[in-house]
Amino acid sequence: MYRSRRSQLIGIAYLAPALVFVLAFTAYPLVQMVWMSFHNWSLITPAKYVGLDNYKRAFADDQFWVSFAFTLKYTAIITPVLIVGGYLLALLTSESSRLRRITRTTVFIPVVIGLGVSSLLWYWLFSADFGLVNKALADLGLISKPVLWLGVDAGRSNLAITASVVWKVIGFGMILFVGAIQAIPREITEASLVDGASYRQRVTRVILPLTLRTVLLVTLVSVIGSLLAFDQFYIMTAGQPQNETATSVFYVYLNSFPYLKLGYGAALSMILALTILVFTVVQLLLTRRSHA
Amino acid sequence: MTATMELGRARATGAAIRARAGRSRYLLGAVCVAICTVMLLPLVMSVLASLKPTAEAAASPPTYLPHALSMDSYERLWTYQQGLPTYLANSLGTALLTIAFTLVLTVPAAYALARFPIPGKEVIFVFLLLALIVPYQALLTPMFLMFARIGLTNTLVGLAILHTAIQLPFSLYIMRNSLSAVPRELEEAAVTDGASSWQVLLRVCIPSTKPAIVTVALFAFIMSWNEFLGALVLMSRGSSFTLPLILAAARTETSLGGTDWGMLQAGITISIIPCVLVYLLLQRHYVAGLMSGAVK
Repeated sequence: MYRSRRSQLIGIAYLAPALVFVLAFTAYPLVQMVWMSFHNWSLITPAKYVGLDNYKRAFADDQFWVSFAFTLKYTAIITPVLIVGGYLLALLTSESSRLRRITRTTVFIPVVIGLGVSSLLWYWLFSADFGLVNKALADLGLISKPVLWLGVDAGRSNLAITASVVWKVIGFGMILFVGAIQAIPREITEASLVDGASYRQRVTRVILPLTLRTVLLVTLVSVIGSLLAFDQFYIMTAGQPQNETATSVFYVYLNSFPYLKLGYGAALSMILALTILVFTVVQLLLTRRSHA
Repeated sequence: MTATMELGRARATGAAIRARAGRSRYLLGAVCVAICTVMLLPLVMSVLASLKPTAEAAASPPTYLPHALSMDSYERLWTYQQGLPTYLANSLGTALLTIAFTLVLTVPAAYALARFPIPGKEVIFVFLLLALIVPYQALLTPMFLMFARIGLTNTLVGLAILHTAIQLPFSLYIMRNSLSAVPRELEEAAVTDGASSWQVLLRVCIPSTKPAIVTVALFAFIMSWNEFLGALVLMSRGSSFTLPLILAAARTETSLGGTDWGMLQAGITISIIPCVLVYLLLQRHYVAGLMSGAVK
């Protein structure tokens, strides 16, 4: 009894620093965000309780909807490219020849560099007058004058940014798909070969069904990441033209920092966090099932 | 007769399949080479652009390959604003503090969760993973206000605390799994020899969970070195900027009437090198961490 009481206390002592940290730097800010979202507050004036006004204002705010719709559009375009492309790359590189392994390593390299830095790199590549994309297109005779990729037309900006982010993160899905494909028991693969299945049949009837859970999880992780997109838009278009390419996180940032509408920014953060929560819960449920 | 014909046909089909397999092997090999080229080209072009002499780096239309090699861009970056050493020190300092904080918090906590009879252990574990369900992007305003009150804005410690908060759930998860897998016999032997729980942690648990510790440190480093939005919010003074911040500021800044593209590429090259190096050196840890952290 004494021993177990004592070891309980020792255990709690080991746990205490992490507990205090999470209380102070995650739980407390979360509570404060909820509180702020019900107040009108700009740092200069004292906070005033306004009930649900900030939320009502968000739903009546055109720019909120523009940002939200743009973020959804970006997510809807990039997710299938990342998943299908990542899966094809995984099929290609999951076999263990030397060249395939090198390809896998190479495709993964951009995943470890920063999104901010890769956005700066592509900001240069897509620059109208100084970028290599226009230079190459002009040399191939495909364009006669420089294309203004970034910050002039929302659709074209979205396309350029999507291309840069695909380059940056496609290896993430690939590496997880490779893991799932390689985890398929050898007997199953051999049985399908003995049965004379063609490669296409093996992919559609064996590999894909057995890795479907990973595909779903990577899709969710990817969707959550895209809904939280910020760096690439801040750096490559700064929200231009007319905040048409400002994502949801970007709009939260604009309201909270340059504009200092802290209460309103908090309400926007809450809406964003609740949207993400839906996807996270599905992800956690899927994860749980895999342990059972 | 028929048998021979069938045999002949079978041989022919076999040869055809082999030929097709051979052809498709070459084709897939070519696809692999093409993919590697596409993935590496932007990085290679950036490194090459960073080595162009000043005038060539500012040329429009740009050149593909430098006509002469020079360190001009690196020299300009070295003295840009507060100077590259300041920004490198800020980025590196924040990353090292993040690694230290993450390990100091998660190793003992994971040890407690894996080994000690604590009431409500599962609830505590889920609470510690809180940051998993609340995106940190949403918490930046309250964090900023708190840090401003206690004097942590514009400090490396403040930014490292934010990065630790982001990284904590993943790290705790990895450490707990790894510590749970350490055979209890090892610890029991140490306890019989009169070791305290602290000595068991230091002499038995930490040495046998080295791979997990490396994984946790590696992910903390890469996240902190690269993180942008949190640094943008917390660091408003030029002297406390990290590398991504000063480069983002330099992208629109006019030095000689326009963006200094050569210097920008020099900065990008310097930011990328540590990440690629640690990844290539510790690839196995990285992939293992990703597999257990992202999907499970």
